[in-house]
Amino acid sequence: MTPLQQYLALAGALFFIGAWGILARRNLIMIIMCVELMLNAINISLVAFSNYSPTGNGRGEVFVFVIFALAAAEAAIGLAVAIAMYRLREKLAVDELDEMKG
Amino acid sequence: MKAAALLIPLLPLASFIITGLFGKRYFKEKSHYLSVAAVAVSWLLSMYLIIQVERGEELHWNIYSWIVAGNFKVEVGLLVDQLTAVMLLVVSTVGFMVHVYSIGYMHGDGGYYRFFAYLNLFMFSMFMLVLGNNFLLLYVFWEAVGLCSYLLISFWYTKTSAANAGTKAFLVNRVGDFGFGLGIMLIFVTLGTLSYSGVFGSADLIGEGTLTVICLLLFMGAMGKSAQFPLHVWLPDAMEGPTPVSSLIHAATMVNAGVYMVARSSPLFAHSQTAMFVVALVGTFTAIFAASIGLVQNDIKKVLAYSTVSQLGYMFMALGVGAWTAGMFHLVAHGFFKGLLFLGSGSVIHAMSGEQNMRKMGGLKEKTKITYWTFVIGALAIAGFPGLAGFFSKDSILAGSFNEGYWYFWITALLAAFMTAFYMFRLIFMTFHGKPRDAEAFAHAHESPRSMTIPLIVLAVPSALIGLALGLPPENGHIEHFLEPVFEEVRGELHGFHALDASLMALSALVGIGGILLAWQFYVRKPELPARVGARFQGVYQVLLNKYWIDEFYFATVINPVRALGRGLWRWVDMGMIDGFVNGAARFFRGVGLVIRPAQSGKVQLYLFSMFIGFLALLAAYLVLTM
Repeated sequence: MTPLQQYLALAGALFFIGAWGILARRNLIMIIMCVELMLNAINISLVAFSNYSPTGNGRGEVFVFVIFALAAAEAAIGLAVAIAMYRLREKLAVDELDEMKG
Repeated sequence: MKAAALLIPLLPLASFIITGLFGKRYFKEKSHYLSVAAVAVSWLLSMYLIIQVERGEELHWNIYSWIVAGNFKVEVGLLVDQLTAVMLLVVSTVGFMVHVYSIGYMHGDGGYYRFFAYLNLFMFSMFMLVLGNNFLLLYVFWEAVGLCSYLLISFWYTKTSAANAGTKAFLVNRVGDFGFGLGIMLIFVTLGTLSYSGVFGSADLIGEGTLTVICLLLFMGAMGKSAQFPLHVWLPDAMEGPTPVSSLIHAATMVNAGVYMVARSSPLFAHSQTAMFVVALVGTFTAIFAASIGLVQNDIKKVLAYSTVSQLGYMFMALGVGAWTAGMFHLVAHGFFKGLLFLGSGSVIHAMSGEQNMRKMGGLKEKTKITYWTFVIGALAIAGFPGLAGFFSKDSILAGSFNEGYWYFWITALLAAFMTAFYMFRLIFMTFHGKPRDAEAFAHAHESPRSMTIPLIVLAVPSALIGLALGLPPENGHIEHFLEPVFEEVRGELHGFHALDASLMALSALVGIGGILLAWQFYVRKPELPARVGARFQGVYQVLLNKYWIDEFYFATVINPVRALGRGLWRWVDMGMIDGFVNGAARFFRGVGLVIRPAQSGKVQLYLFSMFIGFLALLAAYLVLTM
């Protein structure tokens, strides 16, 4: 059986790659994808913990489904915003979207 | 009697309110109807009260309790006795005449209604000042007449000099009132009451030292209000006001408030030798000091102003040496003839189209006959010409100081009387005699309207006759008997009228006539003489012309240092420290804002990055701490 640490290492790696993407990328699409990456990293760790826990009984998996739903909604809205933004401005670089800056 | 005493002040008050509120829009150049009528009725009622007092009646009436706080009780009450009656005589008569005179003098002035409203307010305050029956009322209306004085001095408030003169009068009076207020407080602390009857009833219970302090503090107030050295400086400047104001407030009534107050407090003063001596000393010094300045002034009103200061000094000298009745007698006589002289000078100024400089006048005798003759009566009265008012009152003062053994005061006062006669007739000769010095102004000169000349004639009558009516025979005249109940306990015994007194009387008459003759010699027979004497005694002349540099002295020692202090406080403390602190606080936050503003870049990723770093830091801290 694969030790828990390997799952967690994978989850951690994915999480930080996602975080780095959010902070460093400027394209809105890429940022949304990185958010998904982070959510999936959490999903992996939840499933892993659930599987290794003596009293897990699939509780972790339940959370994963909740997060799926949440991620789907988030992707739908986020991509819709991205498309609307692209139509409006013809670019998606987040650091140039500063009309609300005081 | 109660109704009369109440109506005397209330009528002018009502007129003040109505004229003040509706004068500008509705009464306009008819403003004088109501206010002159109100004062006329007050005058009639005053005469009625005087007759009642003459018959032996008095009024002590507490109308209501004004302040009750613990053992501090103040009533608003009226007191009508002989002293009040004497004051009422002067205040109501001169007040009435000045109101009539102002109809002509102020005709066409933009502030016509305002002038009469202020005059009414003054009449109310002055009546209440002499009618009040306790020290607090006295103080309140003392300040009220001061306020009216301020308002009327700076009546032409667009003129800088008038506005400044009003401020000066107010400030100088504050110095005296400061002492006056302290004196009243000390009376209350010592005796626990402020009513005249209570205070004077227990005057002998006060310790000698305390009593002296009280009297000196009260006298400080009198020095301010009655323009005694060194607080005399405001009165000559107060001549910036309209001439009827100078006549009413700054010659005949308000400036007498100090004399009235000291006379009213005679039971206190009489118990303190020191205070009495100070009063006499200040009075005598002021008398000669102001008279000497009056010798060389060229502004017709300034001469009269210094004369007023000098005559007030006379009154204080009389009070100080214990000749109480003589002081009050002189107050009455002076009220009439100085009121007359000021109104006369107003008539001259009116004739000369506003010119006040005597060196541009001359020869007005022919053109303004009524003014001239009434003025001569007033001047003869003040110079102490035998038979006229000032002769008897001044002589009773001189005799009083001589008989009480103050020969040094007597000599000084005699010298002052000589100067008085000289400068009054210098004024007359320069103004009315000789050749016109300003041909154009002379061509336009004309006698004043009847509303102005009638008051002159009316006031000339008491100026001429009141001495005979009240002062004869000396030491046993009518006024002596009339005021006897007031000063019974404080005056020295009467000496009777002897050969010595007769020779003193002759001497003071000679001094007065000598002054007149000298003025005639100087200004009629040899008009070139004054310039020669002036050049010969250049030093003395400059000292007098510059009024002993008292104003300059005050500027150097008080006003400029205070201004410098104020400017320093403004510049260093207010602008430097307080503003500096407030602005510094603002600047500090602005600076901090400038430093951390880049953090609010609007770049969401940067915010997230900081959140992320913060989260990691918290996590690290948690791990380190729990390990």
